[in-house]
Amino acid sequence: MNCKKNLLIHFSLLTLVLTLTACGGGSSSSGGDSQATQEIKVDGSSTVFPISEAMAEEFENANPGVNVTIGVSGSGGGFKKFCAGETDISNASRPIKKSEMELCAKQGIEYVEIPVAFDGVSVVVNKNNDWAKCLKAEDLGKMWTLENEGKIKNWNQVRSEFPSKELRLYGPGTDSGTFDYFVEATIPNKGESRGDYTASEDDNVIVQGVTTDEGGLGYFGYAYYEENKDKLKSVPIENADGKCVEPSEEAIADGTYNPLSRPIFFYVKTSSLENPAIKAFVDYQVDPANGELISEVGYVPLPAEIQAKVKERVDNGTTGSIFEGGSSVGVKLADKL
Amino acid sequence: MTSQISDRPTPNKNTLFRPNLSNRYNLDRVFAIATWAAVALAVAVLAILILDILVQGLPQLSGDFLNSFPSRKPEQAGIKAALAGTIWVMVLVAVTAFPLGVGAGIFLEEFAEDNWLTKIIEININNLAGVPSIIYGLLGLTVFVRILEPITGGRSVLSGSLTLALLILPIIIVSTREALRAVPDSLRLAGLALGATKWQVIWEQILPIALPGILTGTILALSRAIGETAPLIVVGAVTFIRSVPTGLQSSFTVMPIQIFNWIGRPQVEFHHIAATGIIVLMTVLLIMNASAIFLRNKFQNKDV
Repeated sequence: MNCKKNLLIHFSLLTLVLTLTACGGGSSSSGGDSQATQEIKVDGSSTVFPISEAMAEEFENANPGVNVTIGVSGSGGGFKKFCAGETDISNASRPIKKSEMELCAKQGIEYVEIPVAFDGVSVVVNKNNDWAKCLKAEDLGKMWTLENEGKIKNWNQVRSEFPSKELRLYGPGTDSGTFDYFVEATIPNKGESRGDYTASEDDNVIVQGVTTDEGGLGYFGYAYYEENKDKLKSVPIENADGKCVEPSEEAIADGTYNPLSRPIFFYVKTSSLENPAIKAFVDYQVDPANGELISEVGYVPLPAEIQAKVKERVDNGTTGSIFEGGSSVGVKLADKL
Repeated sequence: MTSQISDRPTPNKNTLFRPNLSNRYNLDRVFAIATWAAVALAVAVLAILILDILVQGLPQLSGDFLNSFPSRKPEQAGIKAALAGTIWVMVLVAVTAFPLGVGAGIFLEEFAEDNWLTKIIEININNLAGVPSIIYGLLGLTVFVRILEPITGGRSVLSGSLTLALLILPIIIVSTREALRAVPDSLRLAGLALGATKWQVIWEQILPIALPGILTGTILALSRAIGETAPLIVVGAVTFIRSVPTGLQSSFTVMPIQIFNWIGRPQVEFHHIAATGIIVLMTVLLIMNASAIFLRNKFQNKDV
């Protein structure tokens, strides 16, 4: 009998402790909330995440009672949830694809496409690399195309004037929007990327690789280059006008850093825009006054004229995509909006 | 070592057996050193890891860190939402997986007849223990998030917890059965011979003896659950949230997701607070393990 009692007491104690912990967690939290908490669900690209995070943080500080949650399931994963009607806003580092537009249409989900900032895909090499002073998109295409998989292994195969040095490539994994953009912008005729490079979903791994490899070459978003300027060198890219341009805030914003400067987006559900809290959050994100938040996290705010057009789009509730399911390579935002 | 050698009786000189004692003891010593080196290497790697984390993370560890929400500024960012999320998830997982797992284990070991159906269930449970966690994530997405949405509230802390509970259920069942099997059969027979019912025997005699083993298995299972990221991302844990769960249907995040997000940032400061987050995660894990060991010792002393 004694045994049983002990056991029972212990079990009930355990349960009690567990319940108390749960209740404790709950009650301490509900103190700050007002009775009607408005939740705004955001999901999508990891590239756009830092911008959403900064915006949500400041927006929540200014509007208590609004709770923004941001998931990171990638541009594609984000659209899957968005088109299933599970989220209000979907972040994307590339325009919505045809297949995703069809999926949304099937579910009756309409959306407004909102470019939020520019990012410059930065091509980087080791500090000791003194020969890659300017590369053309074709040079990059030659290095990265599937046709040259296992063939181009040396810098002097890219251009004969380059020294004989083993060429090793580092880049983001195939799920990444940065990968998609880079491949589209450099490899001609819808070619594919070679597979024999060091791929990582964590861009810090690419930084590490190129920093320690004299013949290394890699690419990633501008924020990572900005943060690691002292460890590696960016390669100026020859633009459409034949000028060699290094990635910088100005060059990315005014479009001279082409073809590797790209817009990044978020898409908001039209029916969600009718909710004043969500409309306010969208307005907050396109407000020029909050552009500094974008530069703070390593991206380039849109120039004023584009910003005005984006604002107009939001206010009119213009639905659909200006890219019509295609890529954003070579598209001038100012003309299209 | 040397004393052992002298203690041994000297072998009969007439046999063909050649003791070659010194050589054999040398081999013995080599093996001892090899095993010692293996342990030392493992411990050294662990020590270096922990040291690295402590050096990077300790300076930022403060009450503010524990009590702040994530932020774009590393010096203001904290782990409150993720810590609360992890505690919610672990409590819910324990509350659901423990009774279910132990119950299933008792049924299979004590009540179920040894027929083909039981065998199939047994094989399935053993296999389930090795299924990759992402598969459970997909299962949770379909069952808890989509089908049971009216109850779970979709991508909620309840859905995430139930998914993790499923993930560790096989481990709890298997360890419960092992613990029950270790209880001598004579105890069951004695109880039954005295006229106790099967239930009385199990509840009063068998379970108290098996409980320490069951608790050890459960805590190992919970330790696995606390570090899981992939199934929770599939089920819909978010990365950024500036509130703690207020109910079973709240959105949530957990520490591994928060830490992973910080590590992937370009700024070094975020890598440092990721280390701080790891310290918090390890502390929670240690507290969990310590309380399990405490409970186990308590039962061991009293009931055996």
